[in-house]
Amino acid sequence: MQQNKETNKAFELHTLDTTCVTESTSNIKFKNNIKYLIVGIFFGIVFVKAEVVSWFRIQEMFRLQSFHMYGIIGSAVLIGMISVYIIKKFKIKTIHGETLEFHAKQFNKGQIYGGLIFGFGWAVTGACPGPLFAQIGTGATVIAVTLFSAIAGTWVYGYLREKLPH
Amino acid sequence: MLEIIKQPWPWYIAGPLIGLTVPALLILGNKSFGISSSLRHICASCLPANIPFFQYDWKKEVWNLFFVFGIFLGGAIAINLLSNPNPIDVHPKLAEELTEYGITNYNNLIPLDIMNWQSLFTLKGFLIMVFGGFLVGFGTRYAGGCTSGHAIMGLSNLQLPSLIATISFMIGGFIMANLLLPLILSL
Repeated sequence: MQQNKETNKAFELHTLDTTCVTESTSNIKFKNNIKYLIVGIFFGIVFVKAEVVSWFRIQEMFRLQSFHMYGIIGSAVLIGMISVYIIKKFKIKTIHGETLEFHAKQFNKGQIYGGLIFGFGWAVTGACPGPLFAQIGTGATVIAVTLFSAIAGTWVYGYLREKLPH
Repeated sequence: MLEIIKQPWPWYIAGPLIGLTVPALLILGNKSFGISSSLRHICASCLPANIPFFQYDWKKEVWNLFFVFGIFLGGAIAINLLSNPNPIDVHPKLAEELTEYGITNYNNLIPLDIMNWQSLFTLKGFLIMVFGGFLVGFGTRYAGGCTSGHAIMGLSNLQLPSLIATISFMIGGFIMANLLLPLILSL
């Protein structure tokens, strides 16, 4: 029974947040995580240099005044789609030889309600979660407050989760 | 070369580079691209408070915290070594609108006129930085992902729920930017 519960929790975590179960066996140690730090650094540089983290670019996007953000998200999705297609087609494995698994996302109403709420937040703060980290890195220290609020928002969602419509 | 890198990067360079993060994370360690989960892992590690949603082995997901710490460092590197010395180029119509709200400083990626430590303690600053941040954290978790997890990773894997989520993000953004934000900025 206890084990069943554990399995359910793990399943819930993965289906809610990822399309692909992350069960790498060798991911606890610091040196195994350095590669993700490096990908993150690269990603943060792109974020700042392409002004994805700019409040002004987000305002232009939601006022249809600039193609920039649409071009970025659109071409990122296109490259992502092609990559996933190739990975599936040729059954490409990880560098550790593990098979990549993709899991379907289940629809629930949270994607609509939560999506709208996030959309409100995105347009006000001019940032989704990734850019918040990058903005703090650029020296906008006050955004640490926004990040802290976002963490609090996540916590409150977890607290109220059972009572919210899904 | 460095001069070119210091200019703002066009969408057709940045978009594909962001898209390549999807296969990079998959191939490096079977990881699905997603950023908002990091906020959940921070809750689970710091204040789980017996809430079932935060009762899981967050250490297994620690890669995600390394990833977002990298994003933070990347931001610092870009601004210190590769910074564009010119003010941010903004659409004239947006500039005109923002001038009405007293936003005229384009030297930073965020509008320093309204986002600073002093304005944090005004109603406008509180709504934008504190309440806005809360909506981002609450909404992304309620939706089960953000722009990266749903719009980029989910759509790359052809997931209909991610398309629904992405459309909802955009509708929310349009309503806020065009109807509600002007009221907040007028405060």
